[in-house]
Amino acid sequence: MQKASGKRQAAGRMGKWAMALVAGVLVGLLIVGAAAAQGGKVTDDQVNAVAKQLNCPVCENVPLDVCETQACAQWRDLIRQKLATGDKPEQIIAYFRATYGDRVLQSPPREGFTGLIWSLPFVGLIAGLAILVVVLRRMAAQPKAEAEVEVEAKTDAVADEYRKRLERELKELDK
Amino acid sequence: MTEITSPQTKTSSMVWRVIALLVVVGLVIVLAFGLRARYAAQPRSGAAPDFTMPLYAGYDGGLGKQQVRLADLRGQVVFVNFWASWCVPCREEQPVLEKLWRQYRAKGVVFLGIDYVDTEPAALQYLKDFGVTYPNGPDLGTKISPKYHIQGVPESFLVDQQGNIVWFKIAPIAEAELTAQLNAALVR
Repeated sequence: MQKASGKRQAAGRMGKWAMALVAGVLVGLLIVGAAAAQGGKVTDDQVNAVAKQLNCPVCENVPLDVCETQACAQWRDLIRQKLATGDKPEQIIAYFRATYGDRVLQSPPREGFTGLIWSLPFVGLIAGLAILVVVLRRMAAQPKAEAEVEVEAKTDAVADEYRKRLERELKELDK
Repeated sequence: MTEITSPQTKTSSMVWRVIALLVVVGLVIVLAFGLRARYAAQPRSGAAPDFTMPLYAGYDGGLGKQQVRLADLRGQVVFVNFWASWCVPCREEQPVLEKLWRQYRAKGVVFLGIDYVDTEPAALQYLKDFGVTYPNGPDLGTKISPKYHIQGVPESFLVDQQGNIVWFKIAPIAEAELTAQLNAALVR
C-alpha cells in the first residue's frame, strides 16, 4: 500500500512538472509570435505618421494621410512597402522628395525661392517697425521744435521790453 | 509759424521712401511671378520646352539609352504623352497609343510616355498590363510637367521635326484624330 501511494505521489509530481513545462513553452511561443507579428506587419498608424508629412500629389493642400484619391492610395502603399523593408521614415521622406520634388513636402525646406517667400513676412515686419519708429520720432520732435520757437519768441519780446525800459530810464536820468 | 526742416532730415526721409518703394515693388514682382507660374496655360505652339527624362528599365523603345532628351530628337516628329497608372482616362487611350506607335515608328515618329507623380511599381505593372513598348519614364522630381503647365493627365503634345508644338490635347485621344495629326506633322 505504501509503495503504491509513493508511486502515485511521484507520478503527481512529474505531471505537475510536465504541465509547468508545457505552459512555459506556450508562453514563450506567444511572446515570440507577437514580436514577429509586430516586426513584420506595418500598421496604418505607422504609414500615416509618414504620410502626414507629405502632400497629395494631385490635390491642393491636402495631406497624404487623409487624401482619398487613387494616387494617394498608391503613395501610401509605397510607404507601407518601404517601411516593411526596413526603411526609416526620414529615408522615405527623402525618397519622395528626390522622386517628386519639394512640392510633396508638407513643410517645404526654407531655402532658395521658398526661403525668400518665408522671409517676406519678417522683412515686412521689420520694415513696418522701422517706419513706425521714424514716424513716432518725428511726432515727438515736432512739438519740441514748436515749443522752442515759442520760448525764443517770448524771450525776444521780454528782452525788447527790457531794453526799451532801460533806454527810457537812462534818458530820464540824463535830463 | 514756419516749419524748420534740416537737409539731413530731408535726405533721411527720401531714403526711407525709396526703401519702402523697393519693398513694395519687390513684393509685387514675387506675387506676379508666383501667379504667372501657377496659372500659365499649356503651350500650344512655339518651341517645345526641352527636357531630359530617365527611362524605365526595359522601356527605351529601341533608343538604346537610359535617358532621353527631347532636343536630341530634333528632325523627328515626337508625340509626348503625360500619363499615370492611377489615371482612369489614360487606360482608355493607352491601346490606341501603343497601336499607333507600332504603325508610325518606322516613319520616324517617336512616342514618349511621361509618367506623372506615379509610383514605380504601379507604373511598371500598368505598362506590362497594356503591353506598352514605346519609351517611357518618370517625371523625376516633377520637373517636366511644370514646363508644359499640365493640369492633369492625360495630356498630350505633338512636336514637329523643327521642335515646335503643333498640336495639344487635354483628354483621351481617339485613333482617327491622332492618325490625322501624325500624318499632318509628317508632311510639314
